[in-house]
Amino acid sequence: MIEVRELTKSYGTTVAVDHVTFDAHAGEVLGFLGPNGAGKTTTMRILTCYLSADTGSATVAGYDVFEESVEVRKHIGYLPESAPLYTDMGVIEYLNFMTQVRNVPKSQRKERIRKVIDTCGLEDVIQKDIGELSKGYRQRVGLAQSLIHDPPILILDEPTSGLDPSQIIEIRNLIKNIGQEKLVLFSTHILPEVSATCSRILIINNGKIVANGTPEELSSQAKGEEIVHITIRGAQETIEARLNELEFVSQWNCVRTDNGIVSYQINADQGSDAAEALFHIAVENGWSLTELRQESVDLEDVFLNLTDKE
Amino acid sequence: MTNTTAILKKEFKSYFNSPIAYIFITFFLGISAWLFFRSFFLVNQAEMRGFFGLMPWIFLFFIPAVTMKLWAEEKKLGTAEILMTLPIRDYEVVIGKFLASFALLAVTVLLSLVLPFSVMYLGNPDGGTLVSGYIGLLLMGGAYLAIGLFASTLTENQISAFIFGITACFVLLIIGEDIVLFNAPNWLFPIFSYLGLGAHYSSILRGVLDSRDIIYYLSLIGFFLYLSTLSVESRKWR
Repeated sequence: MIEVRELTKSYGTTVAVDHVTFDAHAGEVLGFLGPNGAGKTTTMRILTCYLSADTGSATVAGYDVFEESVEVRKHIGYLPESAPLYTDMGVIEYLNFMTQVRNVPKSQRKERIRKVIDTCGLEDVIQKDIGELSKGYRQRVGLAQSLIHDPPILILDEPTSGLDPSQIIEIRNLIKNIGQEKLVLFSTHILPEVSATCSRILIINNGKIVANGTPEELSSQAKGEEIVHITIRGAQETIEARLNELEFVSQWNCVRTDNGIVSYQINADQGSDAAEALFHIAVENGWSLTELRQESVDLEDVFLNLTDKE
Repeated sequence: MTNTTAILKKEFKSYFNSPIAYIFITFFLGISAWLFFRSFFLVNQAEMRGFFGLMPWIFLFFIPAVTMKLWAEEKKLGTAEILMTLPIRDYEVVIGKFLASFALLAVTVLLSLVLPFSVMYLGNPDGGTLVSGYIGLLLMGGAYLAIGLFASTLTENQISAFIFGITACFVLLIIGEDIVLFNAPNWLFPIFSYLGLGAHYSSILRGVLDSRDIIYYLSLIGFFLYLSTLSVESRKWR
């Protein structure tokens, strides 16, 4: 539904978006990940027809963003960064205004407003002015505004910034739900967010796309080791002797010993399922396990690898 | 059309959500009452010439204050980003905002009609000049609004928009004044005297509704609305 080819945009001498190419389809939640100033917002602004690119092309829902911008805008719901809203308007008044300018048919306006109030959890604040709302509620009103015309494509610029943890979880779940039928493109610089919500990740740095794939693909790209934390009650010498015998263990560290309870951090080869193997070994030897935890090779490594190269 | 109407309604309401509409109305009615009753009691005449004559100068300060927020605030708050990504054409937004400010002006100006009507039975104001005076006021006010709106598209700072607006209106007003005209080079004389904001207004005030004057104001409004649209679109120029 979104096709971007060789998109380039510069501000003066700074290249904000540098030959960006990607596709996105319905039913996807596409996370746009990158450090601050990487070009996420600029790309989104071009896709929503707020800015134009210097070169390259982009189509959204089959329409060219430069030539058929009004058609493109009809198919998009957009929440800009930090949810800029008219603070002097009431919540309902604002949503009603949006139904008008979004050309929602008169007969459906009430129903749509009720629907987005329900989806975004705005019941408690419908009587208030937007100016009186907390950051979290404003963000939700912004989200409601972007959903009001039931668009097939949703573009959200840092939808969870400035929210408290429980609100973040709510918004993530909301995005996941919406992403089942629609295309959601959202940007963030918070890593756990993408792994929690996205079906595909685009990592962008200095205007260039440096990675594109599912969270699993990206994690496996990050060459590295599995790290297992294990805490065992047993004789330290026997355990350590056993650890030395194991082929997949490349390195181990005794982290703590405490009254016959020993904790290790074990670095194992990738794909060796070290945690499971260690469990069986513990069982065979009659050691009781008090902790067994595999540290996921996370996106953080991928991200840092890809974005810190300079 | 429905888009323009929606913008118009929203902006008009927003004037009344902020102090600007009330300040504008109060001040305008105060000034007009003062000017009206001064001539009424002093000269014993129920006429509004003094009131109409001062309006180009009073509008100079008040109209840019009405228009300054129209775009500057949107840019500052970032709401322009939502507004300009709606499926609306830029000119529809520009016209909607212009009409909203014009509606505020019209409401205010028409409220001052209370004055001549209230004394109609005492004196006998010239109905013709009164009507043409009000038409002239609205046309000239419209031109000021279009200029102020354009000024507002140029910046995200409301004070700058206000100053730009005043300056632009002031220049257009004084180039038609005698003192400028007589000092201007000969070849500029006809251009200046045609472009001057005030001259057309004074001829309307005399009770002559000349189509040339009306066309002048309408094309001035059109021209500045066009410039505003260009200015709004300039973010997308490559």
